[in-house]
Amino acid sequence: MNGAHDLGGMEGFGPVIPDPTHTPFHARWERRVLANTLACMAMGVWNIDAMRASRENLPPSEYLTSSYYEIWFKGLVSRLIQEGLVTATEVESGVAMEPGRPMPNVFTADKVAPALAAGSQYTRDPDRPAAFAVGAPVRTREMNPSHHTRLPRYARGKAGVIAAVRGFFVFADANAQGLGPQPQWLYTVRFAGRELWGADADPTLSVTIEAWESYLEPLA
Amino acid sequence: MSGHHEHDQDHHDHHEGSSLSEMDLRVRALETLLVEKGYVDPEALDRIIESYETRIGPRNGARVVATAWLDPDFMAFLRRDASAAIASLGYGGRQGETMVALENTDSVHNMVVCTLCSCYPWPVLGLPPAWYKSAAYRSRVVIDPRGVLADFGVSLPAEKQIRVWDSTAEVRYLVIPQRPAGTEGWAHDALAAIVTRDSMIGTGLVTLPGAKA
Repeated sequence: MNGAHDLGGMEGFGPVIPDPTHTPFHARWERRVLANTLACMAMGVWNIDAMRASRENLPPSEYLTSSYYEIWFKGLVSRLIQEGLVTATEVESGVAMEPGRPMPNVFTADKVAPALAAGSQYTRDPDRPAAFAVGAPVRTREMNPSHHTRLPRYARGKAGVIAAVRGFFVFADANAQGLGPQPQWLYTVRFAGRELWGADADPTLSVTIEAWESYLEPLA
Repeated sequence: MSGHHEHDQDHHDHHEGSSLSEMDLRVRALETLLVEKGYVDPEALDRIIESYETRIGPRNGARVVATAWLDPDFMAFLRRDASAAIASLGYGGRQGETMVALENTDSVHNMVVCTLCSCYPWPVLGLPPAWYKSAAYRSRVVIDPRGVLADFGVSLPAEKQIRVWDSTAEVRYLVIPQRPAGTEGWAHDALAAIVTRDSMIGTGLVTLPGAKA
């Protein structure tokens, strides 16, 4: 989806404001948004790609004027409503109008440390060989899907080179739509800055993305 | 993505109790609802927060870097299989399942971003700083990395190659900054202490205390 989250190459946001301290949260509610988001995802009703899609679906004007954890909050609420776990009225009042749906995998306190330490497995056993090898010239497809995708607009239809073959990974585009993992080979593709941004680009710049195989076509 | 707004919230936080922000109230209402519905366990929420405020942060990555500087075998392990090498030091898990180490050299400088959201190597760097998630950083570092570096007070030689890594899948990157001259013979802890979070993202260089970047 060509949403406001796809920021690469936009201009006008002003300088980056450094902060040398390690301050991941700036308000109590930000801590709670992170924790509730992780705990809800651990129920297993939706996956990380669907979670990202819910944030990206915010209207651009809202996305760009919301702080980061406001976006997370809005994405979580929208996903909870979409899955039928809560209603908008309940979110507004903070009071349950009907009992919750029984959840077999509630993220209880004893599960936190093991789950954070284990992470999630995004790789699968390959069922086919990789189509591209390191050094192969490729072009990213020109595409504008209405669903979640991880091919940024600035890197569509661009010529690059395979810099690494990362493995056989769950395909975010399918996983986000609830279509299952549909794993594919995942590559790191390197583009020259000038291929992405034109002749004025910094000649010392190269940019890489991770690209699933279906994002790519061979460049003869 | 209003980075300034997050700083406004900072002020609210200092006065917490006397004036709760609208977001405080909305998030409390949601959490109350989720607990009442039996979807979340409040104690689990506290443990998640505690993990990322105390245990999982950039000091982990700094120890990885110091080890890489001191031990060529470990550096070779990082090049071969960064996930396993980092796990051998006790770090791994959520948002660091597939790690790749990027070595800065005299000719190459690496910078990491997630233009589409905020992908970041949590086990070694913790949760990302506000600027990493900001529209300003995500939009500009892929097109004007030297301009971004200037915002951090960093200037690199004009001929240095700049490689920007946009984390668009579940691969997570840790930059191994160059070890500064003058640290010969330093112990692991002393080296780890000078490794900044920004140097492991690529927006900073490691310098000796008191030296200018």
